[in-house]
Amino acid sequence: MESPAVEIIDLVKRYGRTTAIDGLTLTAGRGAVTAILGPNGAGKTSTIEICEGFRRPDGGTVRVLGLPPTRPELRARVGVMLQAGGVPPAARCGEWLRLMARFHARPLDPAALLERLGMTEHARTPYRRLSGGQQQRVSLAAAVIGRPELVFLDEPTAGLDPQARHACWDLVADLRTAGVSVVLTTHHMDEAERLSDHVVIIDHGGVVAEGTPSALTGAERQLRFRARPGLSLDELLAALPSGSTAKESPSGHYIVEGQVGPELLATVTTWCAAEGVTAADLSIERRTLEDVFLELTGRELR
Amino acid sequence: MTTLDLTPSPGAAPLPRMVLAQAGAEIKSTLRNGEQLLLTLIIPVLLLVGFSTTSLVNVGRGSRVAFIAPGVIALAVMSTAFTGQAIATGFERRYGVLKRLGASPLSRAGLMLAKTLAVIAVEVVQVVVIGAVALALGWRPAGSPLAALVLILLGTAAFSGLGLLMAGTLRAEATLAGANLVYLILLGCGGVIFPLTAFPAAVEPVLRLLPISALTGGLRSVLTDGAALPLGAVAILAAWAAVSLALASRTFRWE
Repeated sequence: MESPAVEIIDLVKRYGRTTAIDGLTLTAGRGAVTAILGPNGAGKTSTIEICEGFRRPDGGTVRVLGLPPTRPELRARVGVMLQAGGVPPAARCGEWLRLMARFHARPLDPAALLERLGMTEHARTPYRRLSGGQQQRVSLAAAVIGRPELVFLDEPTAGLDPQARHACWDLVADLRTAGVSVVLTTHHMDEAERLSDHVVIIDHGGVVAEGTPSALTGAERQLRFRARPGLSLDELLAALPSGSTAKESPSGHYIVEGQVGPELLATVTTWCAAEGVTAADLSIERRTLEDVFLELTGRELR
Repeated sequence: MTTLDLTPSPGAAPLPRMVLAQAGAEIKSTLRNGEQLLLTLIIPVLLLVGFSTTSLVNVGRGSRVAFIAPGVIALAVMSTAFTGQAIATGFERRYGVLKRLGASPLSRAGLMLAKTLAVIAVEVVQVVVIGAVALALGWRPAGSPLAALVLILLGTAAFSGLGLLMAGTLRAEATLAGANLVYLILLGCGGVIFPLTAFPAAVEPVLRLLPISALTGGLRSVLTDGAALPLGAVAILAAWAAVSLALASRTFRWE
């Protein structure tokens, strides 16, 4: 059987007396996009840099394409995008990509890749003169130029403008279609929801939850509205079907979860009328990964 | 829009191709960098012309250019293998370039080989330019070119070891400052322009053990006096090379 793209079992990584990764276990499937999601300091970069062979684990097992991460033959098979830097500031980005291409046997055409990322007009621009988003795109291009089987992207869209984010997302989607395995870290929920087949939520160096985006967010939908803060929810809860929940979070923002449908909506508006309040911004939404994360960790993502 | 075939087809290029590509990129970046050019070509040529055509320094009997030219060639070797390489590598480390290259199919040994080739290529340009200027100033080198080549290669190894030792352990800014400072001190105290005999008798024997003094003295005895390969200079340079390269390979931090 083909080994997974990445298999991590009971990974431990310490920096001095700080334990950055504490018994982390996850599997990233072949040909799938796996998102490692978590707040800053959760252990995302440590995890991915161990997989890239840059750091040695203090405990546990890591296999990349079935091999220990430091095996030299992986360097041709795995593409890497660092969180920052990695390109000489004075290098022209076209030249840098051509150099990276020369390290591989059957690389992509650097000019075509630059065109694909909307960077053709910057091919002769030194890296340091590019905007943050353009620099990220150069790093992304360098990660895929060797036609790797597996790509690690560490916060590929951090600090990007919307246009650059979409260019990155499109490329990741195309990589997946072409059968490339992708492992990326992000603290953008929408990115994980939109791109990935599998989401692993980590915090404090361990896995908090994992699954497909839809499994994590559940089939549940929620009804949100704004009203005067401090309304008593007891009567509303009594009127709602059993299994429903209602809460005020944050102050003045109300969230009702359960079998959200016309009946529930009618119950809520009737209750509002009885309370003498007008509900504003009333909307029915699917739960987001942001909600799941907040529920699991009690923390905001950023 | 161009269609890109992203289907996996991984494979490393043959090692010689990777090394030549990386060496080419390093040569290009050196020759394109204004400060590097100042250090590797402009300063040595200015020193050569300035001190060969004026009597600012007492070089003893004999042709001025015959004394200055070997010293300037030694200085050029030091500026490329030590100062330039230390600064460039220090900043490559700081900017994550060494880390990123560590994830590419080019191995660390391949990267070091490429850096060495790039240093030697820049030295070839330096020797050609400095040699041409010196010849125009009336220099008539004696001795065996092969002996000079051996000295230059050993000097390159010694200075590269020292440069990489600095670049791999210090912060990039500290390397920048330190490499320039060491360059100035060795320029002043290594017999490049000022003969070592001008220094007090107590320090002169110590100064003779510096790698720059060994390279300058060795090149001078071959190219000016037409002597055979000077074994003392060879031993000093080989010792510096062995110690500095061993230390650098043990202490070098890639991030």
